[in-house]
Amino acid sequence: MNPGYELPLDEAGYSFGFLDEYAKREVRRTILKAISIPGYQTPYASREMPMGRGFGTGGLQVTLSLIGKGDTLKVIDQGADDSVNAVNLRHFVELTCPGVDTTEHTAEATLIQSRHRIPETPLTEAQVLILQVPYPDPLVVVEPSEARRKVMHGEGDYSRLLTKLYEDIVQFDEITISHRYPTRINGHYVIDPSPIPRYDVPQLHQSPALILLGAGREKKIYAVPPYTRADPLAFDDVPFRTEDFTGEQGQRRACERCGATDSFLDELIADDGGKHWHCSDSDYCNSRVAGQAEQAQETWA
Amino acid sequence: MKKILEVRGLTKIHGRGCELCLESTGPDMDTNICPHCGSVVACHNITLDLHEGEILGIMGESGSGKSTVVKTLFFDDAPTSGEALFFDGERQWDMFALNAAQQRWLRNHRFGMVYQNPHLGLNFNVSAGGNIAERLLMSDLAHYGEIRDRARRLLARTEVLPERMDESPKKFSGGMQQRVQIAKALATKPPLLYLDEVTTGLDLSVQARILDLILEIQQELGTAMIVVTHDLGVIRLLTGRTIVMKYGRVIETGLTDQILEDPQHAYTQRLVASAL
Repeated sequence: MNPGYELPLDEAGYSFGFLDEYAKREVRRTILKAISIPGYQTPYASREMPMGRGFGTGGLQVTLSLIGKGDTLKVIDQGADDSVNAVNLRHFVELTCPGVDTTEHTAEATLIQSRHRIPETPLTEAQVLILQVPYPDPLVVVEPSEARRKVMHGEGDYSRLLTKLYEDIVQFDEITISHRYPTRINGHYVIDPSPIPRYDVPQLHQSPALILLGAGREKKIYAVPPYTRADPLAFDDVPFRTEDFTGEQGQRRACERCGATDSFLDELIADDGGKHWHCSDSDYCNSRVAGQAEQAQETWA
Repeated sequence: MKKILEVRGLTKIHGRGCELCLESTGPDMDTNICPHCGSVVACHNITLDLHEGEILGIMGESGSGKSTVVKTLFFDDAPTSGEALFFDGERQWDMFALNAAQQRWLRNHRFGMVYQNPHLGLNFNVSAGGNIAERLLMSDLAHYGEIRDRARRLLARTEVLPERMDESPKKFSGGMQQRVQIAKALATKPPLLYLDEVTTGLDLSVQARILDLILEIQQELGTAMIVVTHDLGVIRLLTGRTIVMKYGRVIETGLTDQILEDPQHAYTQRLVASAL
């Protein structure tokens, strides 16, 4: 590196995007490696961030390394743009990356950092989805030693993970993993796709957008490159299935706000104990409500 | 008879080893710890042949290196030197020249192992059926119904009640755990099975039934086996040929009857005399 080169700093003494250029370069290099080996957990030197590990530091470092002027960022937490975590992360990026736009609309974003959900609106080739990952290794439930896990990953030996699924079917007649569903990428490495619900897993398959997964505490980055196979682990005769939103009358439940029957629903318990179902993706729900209001106005006018 | 396994000059030294290790250990020196460097010569220059459907016994006292031989042949442990050829139909595998993935493939598809301690061979966090499923899944079977069916049949064959197939082997008696281990080892119908002190620690009637089961399996499937034991009764009942080991060396080989009736080496003579 050129010792005469001075890093451009802002008035608080930070370079653009909080991380110094060398740190960002290292993260970018790791990302390139992660894309080249789909699903491989690439180790990197996760930096200290001005927030606790476990609050999305992994995703944030990936975001800050990729973001530049002209980018538009959307941050989601459990599908919502307005929850504390999402608001704070968005605010942090606005503070440290002058000239970057933020948005709540999936279609407008070039970078989307997300926790626990993949947006309902289909992603495009021009977008990058960054998922925050608490536990990157799906094998951790069956093998405590990381050295041995690495060998198992290298040899594509996931029989013990499948044994876990077998035990589930024996005990409960179905696979009981609700989120973090182990998914095989490009026919070799099995990844923990972060705590997205099963409903979102099929979106990893042949996704037009690049999907990056960053684990800050565990210091790993891995990727699902665009148009790559992503197969959730299952048996030949017990196929993978997503959440069932069938209501009491046997119909697919609809969002009580926007009426959508094609979205992932959150179950909310009201004060009176009644159950309500709303879209988990707030942008999807809001845009539908706004669209319906517009239509209603046109009809009246 | 067709040869299935050929081992030549197998040596395993624990520790860094020195030039004097081999000459200063062994039965003549009455030790397997090198006095010069403190390394343990677990086994040295083991040479054996195994034919299809044959049961070979390895006999010797504790620490004589008999388990080490089997462990290296099952890839649990890497040998210091030596060569082993495994003949699998038309194919021939140079076992210690393979990479880790190929070794794992052989282990999962072609070999079976039954340990003395069921904790080594079984995963106690999953059910008995799950243990067999694990081995079937390792050999690339991914059909739930078929796995379940085969696990049930295997357990029935080894006389474990099918009703208990979904229980953890933790709740089983020692003899039953050993049966589950045998079922697991047989799941992929391996042509070669290693049995490491399978009946040690079980009471006599259970021992007898396990030995019966092993003999039946050998008759039925024609599985070749290497049986490691210090129990002369097991040797007499199961094996056709026997190797006697002491301090990591082979001191006598031959037909089991011959060794038990007319032992040549002083140590074997003492061993046979003490048992009778």
